[in-house]
Amino acid sequence: MTEIRYIAPSSLEEAIGAYAAAAGAARILAGGTDLLVQMRAGVVSPGTIIDIKKIAEATGIEETPEGGFRLGAAVSGAALAEHPRFGQAWPGVLEAVNLIGSTQVQGRASPGGNLCNGSPAGDSVPAMVAAGAVVTLQGPNGRRTMPVEAFPAGPGRTNLAPGEILVSFTLPPRPKGSSDAYLRMIPRTEMDIAVVGVGVNLTLENGTVTAARVGLGAVAPTVLLVEAAAKALIGSKLEEAALEAAAEACRAACKPIDDKRGTIVYRTKVAGVLLKRTVAIAAERAGRN
Amino acid sequence: MAKMHVATTINGEPEEFLCEPHDSMLDLLRGALGLTGAKEGCGTGDCGACSIMLDGRLVCSCLMLAPEAEGRKIDTIEGMAQGETLHPLQQKFLEMAALQCGICTPGVLMASRALLERNPDPTETEVRFWLAGNLCRCTGYDKIVRAVLETAAEMRGAA
Ligand SMILES: Cc1cc2nc3c(=O)[nH]c(=O)nc-3n(C[C@H](O)[C@H](O)[C@H](O)COP(=O)(O)OP(=O)(O)OC[C@H]3O[C@@H](n4cnc5c(N)ncnc54)[C@H](O)[C@@H]3O)c2cc1C
Ligand code: FES
Ligand code: FES
Repeated sequence: MTEIRYIAPSSLEEAIGAYAAAAGAARILAGGTDLLVQMRAGVVSPGTIIDIKKIAEATGIEETPEGGFRLGAAVSGAALAEHPRFGQAWPGVLEAVNLIGSTQVQGRASPGGNLCNGSPAGDSVPAMVAAGAVVTLQGPNGRRTMPVEAFPAGPGRTNLAPGEILVSFTLPPRPKGSSDAYLRMIPRTEMDIAVVGVGVNLTLENGTVTAARVGLGAVAPTVLLVEAAAKALIGSKLEEAALEAAAEACRAACKPIDDKRGTIVYRTKVAGVLLKRTVAIAAERAGRN
Repeated sequence: MAKMHVATTINGEPEEFLCEPHDSMLDLLRGALGLTGAKEGCGTGDCGACSIMLDGRLVCSCLMLAPEAEGRKIDTIEGMAQGETLHPLQQKFLEMAALQCGICTPGVLMASRALLERNPDPTETEVRFWLAGNLCRCTGYDKIVRAVLETAAEMRGAA
């Protein structure tokens, strides 16, 4: 290995300065559960590693004045699970983040790393998309925000501009009667890569869906926001016809790969099945809120 | 390239070491620090043989850079027994033969202790999910799971 540097700045400005100065030869380190595996495999060999876990904004969990949440990009799954209120407001996002790897992986893995790694099968991403999360990015030219679904650009690629760091996720306030859920299909029950992942976020008023968002993972080059599925649910009382229309919208959105984990036909069919199951869980939770 | 100087706490004792920026914590533990309890089964986060506690959280030391230890608290399997007195989990693993070759055992013990600290009364399913990242090629897991459940019951009784 050639010269390699490790730095752990305590301010975002310092991190961005160092990242820009390295001109593409640096990598951001959050939990390292993707980065260090890739470095060992020789897939990436950064000149500088910039650890962002000493930056308060990147590791904090904050409730916003509006009643939403702001999650630092490098918050670990274990830390998120320990928050006294987050899982109550966003059980779907929490279960998606907590599905990433084993207990040991949870001690380090972050939603920011999951998103920046750019895998179409990243488990937290469909749940974040369904939640309507907005990401805050900061680079040499300042700050900007974008909806989380606009962030992935393709397998392993993102729309981060050169020198930009993902700082945080902002989740909106929760109206009464809202909840979410995430389900994935994997060939075993733990420690595997999703064949399909579905995130659903619903608001119900007297049994009628007044707002819905659906995120779909592992069936296209990027995680998808399936607006047609949400449309099929909104205004319905989740009757079979509405569920079937939403499932069909998910199947239609699939552009999956054929691989050892699942064929195109299988992934497409499962996308519809999982949509229905995930809606049922989200609706049951929303009914209690 | 100059080595990095790192000051940390290992098993309650202040410790300093020099490392390369890309060294893993596991490399340092097993190498310069001579703490060979943590094992390298895979180096990619899959097997859990390298499990340690970092600021009270279970992590894979193979997926942690040694310089990340600066200012943090690390606990390893070497700190589990109090002198000659084994931790109840260690004792129970011996009694119930919950190990064969022993390669996975330090990681399994660290993970099991972390579980019982958070949940003194886990169900079998909870034990199996919590230990899903600790692979064992020998025991078939059943003895491990039973030893953890037995220890939990015993520790609850003693408390
Ligand atoms: C055993 C094992 C099991 C796993 N199981 C799953 C699973 O079930 N589901 C799943 O989705 N994933 C899984 N993963 C993959 C991985 O754990 C996740 O993708 C995790 O969320 C990555 O987060 P991290 O904080 O460790 O990222 P890191 O490894 O620190 O970073 C990942 C990438 O993103 C970049 N990056 C990180 N943070 C930022 C930032 N704030 N700004 C800009 N760039 C950034 C890094 O440079 C790197 O390229 C598994 C990994 C292992 C080792
Ligand atoms: S050696 Fe670290 S998980 Fe296998
Ligand atoms: S006892 Fe041999 S790997 Fe578990």
